[in-house]
Formats: sequence, structure tokens, C-alpha cells
Amino acid sequence: MAGIPHDHYEPKSSGEQWLHKRLPIVGLLYDTIMIPTPKNLNWMWIWGIVLTFCLALQIITGIVLVMHYTPHVDLAFASVEHIMRDVNGGYMIRYFHANGASLFFVAVYLHIFRGLYYGSYKAPREITWIIGMLIYLAMMGTAFMGYVLPWGQMSFWGATVITGLFGAIPGIGPSIQTWLLGGPAVDNATLNRFFSLHYLLPFVIAGLVAVHIWAFHTTGNNNPTGVEVRRGSKEEAAKDTLPFWPYFVIKDLFALVVVLVVFFAIVSFMPNYLGHPDNYIEANPLATPAHIVPEWYFLPFYAILRAFTADVLVVQIASFVTGGIVDAKFFGVLAMFGAIAVMALAPWLDTSSVRSGRYRPMFKWWFALLAIDFVVLMWVGSQTPSPFTAWVSLIASYYWFAYFLIILPLLGVIEKPLPQPATIEDDFNAHYGKAHPAE
Amino acid sequence: MFRKIALSAVTAATLVVAGTASFAAEGTAHIEDVAFPFEGPFGTFDRNQLQRGLQVYTEVCSACHGLKFVPIRTLADEGGPQLPEDQVRAYAAGLSVNDEASNPKLIDPETGSARTLVPADNFPANHAAGAPDLSLMAKARAGFHGPYGLGINQLFRGIGGPEYIHAILTGYTGEEKEEAGSVFYENHAFSTGWIKMPPPLSDDQVTYADGTPATLDQMSMDVASFLMWTAEPHMMNRKETGFKAVIFLIIFGSLLYLTNKRIWAGVKGKKLA
Repeated sequence: MAGIPHDHYEPKSSGEQWLHKRLPIVGLLYDTIMIPTPKNLNWMWIWGIVLTFCLALQIITGIVLVMHYTPHVDLAFASVEHIMRDVNGGYMIRYFHANGASLFFVAVYLHIFRGLYYGSYKAPREITWIIGMLIYLAMMGTAFMGYVLPWGQMSFWGATVITGLFGAIPGIGPSIQTWLLGGPAVDNATLNRFFSLHYLLPFVIAGLVAVHIWAFHTTGNNNPTGVEVRRGSKEEAAKDTLPFWPYFVIKDLFALVVVLVVFFAIVSFMPNYLGHPDNYIEANPLATPAHIVPEWYFLPFYAILRAFTADVLVVQIASFVTGGIVDAKFFGVLAMFGAIAVMALAPWLDTSSVRSGRYRPMFKWWFALLAIDFVVLMWVGSQTPSPFTAWVSLIASYYWFAYFLIILPLLGVIEKPLPQPATIEDDFNAHYGKAHPAE
Repeated sequence: MFRKIALSAVTAATLVVAGTASFAAEGTAHIEDVAFPFEGPFGTFDRNQLQRGLQVYTEVCSACHGLKFVPIRTLADEGGPQLPEDQVRAYAAGLSVNDEASNPKLIDPETGSARTLVPADNFPANHAAGAPDLSLMAKARAGFHGPYGLGINQLFRGIGGPEYIHAILTGYTGEEKEEAGSVFYENHAFSTGWIKMPPPLSDDQVTYADGTPATLDQMSMDVASFLMWTAEPHMMNRKETGFKAVIFLIIFGSLLYLTNKRIWAGVKGKKLA
């Protein structure tokens, strides 16, 4: 699809022309920063800039932390304490980095759920969606490995539990687990490779982010109506859009600063709120913590992992059909990764011709239930297992899959959508009225 | 617009809160809240209390517990006990340099002989009778997680670790029992109810130079404060930075809000809905 028609950069002076003929970098920057953006974007469209900020924050603070950190089982914990005590401003840098991961995930979940509600994953934005899912996976890998680096009790035991998941794969699992760990158990080799990959992956994410932006700059942003920008002519497109600079840059910056007020308050006044006390105890392979809990942002998928125990019917069926190859543990692993896979397949599972949830009266409720389901999964993932939580996590896991595999395909057929506005301009004017011509 | 911002904020808060509700599940004994002076965004360490806590640590706790991550020189730091330099030197002079536990890297594993020992920067490590290091104890123990397990009260009441330390020190009932050759002491604050550490403090165990009555409760509070400082020595700097940052961001945000409003005024008419 061709981009939205708009004015392009015209090199004027001979110097500009000289450069433009050889490397049209100014033109690229101009087109990126002046990209026509639907003028009706609401406040849920600000998470992209928060995410970009988070990536930059994590990379910058991370690079400084690496200057003082030692990836060795005997020295890692002490080097983190060195950062906290001796490095100038080290306590701030580390708390920014640790809490920055949480802000990153708050923003990414809101960004994903915005996409799910307004149908941003639908044609022609499937590639943007898939790249986004890859970014999300890379984020989870990065965060998980980063949490291991301080070499506290939760670092060590979290790494043991999560790498153990790969050991559940029938046949080749134990070999994969040993390969990942660099030995039979979590040890110095594990710490070193996690450190290496924790440094590498953010740059992979940065590359994916560039492609993500490239993709949606090609298709144009989605917007709350889900109605496409008119592309017949520059004049027509200009009625539906405004250039990214200054309208959305300033709006996004304002939103970012509001988010940062909360973020700075947490970092400065309760920096360990989202951490776990056990991670201030140095890793000890001989003492297992009473309750191993992943970081909050992994909890929904951790809940799905734990939901499918051996006494669940589908697990027993799967085990019977596969002749015991798929046992409860492996089923849980498949369910956890499957939960993300079905979300990634949303563009092809959603059969509705209407993009935005705003005009889908039935979808709205199922979506709200999905959002509640996500919070319930997060809560239940944090609980010590009991018959009640087992039951809750199973129901909540079923709903997650049902939403993507049954409800989305079915709604497109049975739902009668509400009328959509003809153009973005109509929607905008319905909210704000026509602009005063003098201004 | 504000309705939507509020909605986003509530959603974000829900995400975070649901995630942290986790810690509610852990079954720890009841920990009484203590109003320490360093809690809340405005809380600061009480220098005299930290000095008293250092005294309790030195005279009592240090017999078994180390502080291996705490540099001795930081006793002089602002925002800490802030001892005069000569007192810090005198304190350091009282510690053994040839302490193997705090210099494990200086013992040649081949020959077992000591290499040239250098004075350690930090307090000695001490694991007598399996006693844990106390450097980070105030952050390594979960005190309380209210309200409803959300942990939000950390903002005003601190992280609960110092309360845990205070509760352990004051939680002995006087009962003891012998099991598998070890003596255990009943303690209401300990997770299993029985702890291996004998009651370390009793009234008037130390004599405070500033004349503060050395009751069990007072000494427990003082040493808990001191251990909060050893765990988080830059807490006061951190809060100060936080205030500057938040105030700056609020001003900057207000300017951006006005700029945004002005920029969009040209394209938006009067709001209808």
C-alpha cells in the first residue's frame, strides 16, 4: 500500500542538494517526523512514545551499569552492592533500570490491549502486529535474563524454574536445558551467557522497533474509528490527518511527562515496591525460597503454565492421544507459549469486517472480559497453589484461548456492527466541531 | 480528555497492583508497624538514632553477624550516622585486619598461607553460629504488605524490613525447646514460630552516651534504623533527587500541557461532546 500522500522534503541550497543526491537522509528524517497522522488519535495512542523512551532509558542506564558490574557467581551480588553504595548516583541508575523494566511492561501491555480493542492488528497491519509480538517476546527474554544478573535468591531460583520448562520438552528437553544453562545446573556459565544475551537483545529490539515503525508508517496509523485515512489526494488526506510534528510530538511528550511523574515518584520514594525481598539475599543453590514468584509482568503467563495440572481433563486427553508424550508439565509449557501464539494470530482469527471495537457492540463486552481475565491471571499467578486458585487459573486460561480461538472468529459472523463514520474528519468534527477559520 | 487519561491511569495502576498483590500470599507472622522517622517521602534518618543503632550492633549483634557490604568509611557520610573522622578511624582500628572470613581471597588455596593482608574497606563478614549477614537484612525481609496485600502503604510506612527486625528482637516469649540437639526459642515474629537465635537484647544491655534509656524496645528500634541505613545508605539523597525531579517534571508537564492546548486550538473547534 502506498503511503498517505503528503509533502516531501525539497533540498533547496546547493549543499542540501549535494547531500540529497548522495544520501537522502534529511528526506528520510523529514518524512518520518512529518508523517501524516490521523487527527483523532486518543490518549491510548501515547504508549508508543513511552515504550521508545523505556528502550532508550534501559539501554543507557544498562550500559552504565555494565561499567561497574561483574558477571561472576562470586562477585555479581557484591558488584551490585558496589553500584548501590560506591558508584556516583549508582543507586539511582540501578533503580531506574530495575523499575524501568516494569514501566516498559506496563506500557507494552496497554499498547497491546489498545491494539486489540481498536483492531490495529487487522489488515493491512498484520506485519506491524507480528513484529510487535516479536518485540514483546524479546522483551520477556531480556527481562528474564536481566533479573538473573544481580544473582540474588529469586534470580537463581527463577532461572532454575524457567530453564526447567525447556527440560519438559519430550526427548530433547534435557539436552536443550543443559545447552541453555551451559552445564547441568544454573551456574557461572549460565550467568555469563545471560549477561551476554541481556546486552545483545535490547539492540535486536531496537532493530525490530525500527521495522515496526517502518511498517506502520507504510500503512499509516490505525485510529479510534478504524476508518482509513482518505488517500485520493494530498488535500483529501490533509482533512483526515495532521503532521506528526508538532501536533503529536507535543501531545506525546506531555503524556510521557505525566507518566514519568509517577515513575520518578516510585523510583525515588518506593524503589523496591515491585521487587522481591528475597533478591536481596545472595543466591544460594542449597536453600530454596519458600515461594518462588516471577516478576509481576510474567504472572499471567505463569498462571497459564501452572493451570494445566495432571488432573485436568484436556491434559489427560492430550496425554492419552499422544501416548504419554505430552504430560502435564509439557502441556503447561505448550499452553504458556500457545497463549502468546494465539494472540499473535489475532489478525487471521478475527473475522469481523469492522476494525474498531467502538462499533462492535458484542465484541466490546468480550474484550472487557479479556482485560479482566488478564488481571485475574496476573493475580492468580502470584498466589500459592490451592484448589481455589487452581480452579480460577484454569477458567481464566480457558477464557484466554476461547477469546482468540472461538469468540473472535465467531463474532465476525454473528455480530451486527454499528454504523461507522464515513471519514476521520467526520469523527473529529463530531467531537470538537469545525475549527475556527481565523486560527 | 481527562476522563480518558484517568481511565488509562487506572488501568496502569491495576496492572501494577494486581502484579504486586502477589506478596500478600506469603505466610509470615504478624509484624507490628513502627513509626520510624525515615519512612514516607519526607522521612529522614535520625542521626542520633543511627549512632545508637551502630552502638547496639557493635556491642551485641557483631558477635555473630557481619556487615560485609558496608564500607566502614561510610559511617562518616552525610545522611548516615555521620561520625567525625577521628571516630571512624578509631572504629576501624578496633577491627581485625587478619580476619580470614572477610578476606577469603587473600588466603592462598594451594598452600593455605595468608598473602599480604590489606585492611578491608568493609565491616568484617561474620557467620558465627550460621548467623546471616545483616548488610541488606532490612530489604531482604518482607515486613507487611497492606492494605489488602497491595503493598501501597510502603510509600508511607517504608518497606517493612525494619519492622520485621524490631518484631524479631521484641518477639521472644521466653519459651525454649530442644530439637535434634539445637535449642530453639519461641518468637512470635518468626515464620515458623521458633528461632535459633537466643534473645540477643534485654533492658539496659548497652549504655547510651546520649542518656537515652536503653529499653528493649528502644534498642530494637535503634538497631533496626541502623540496619535500614546499612541496606539503603543513600536513601536521603534518593528522596531529595526524587523531589527535585518530580517538581521539575510537574512544571515541565504543565508547560507542555499549555503548549499542546495552544497548538491544537487551531484545529479543534469548541468541544461538543
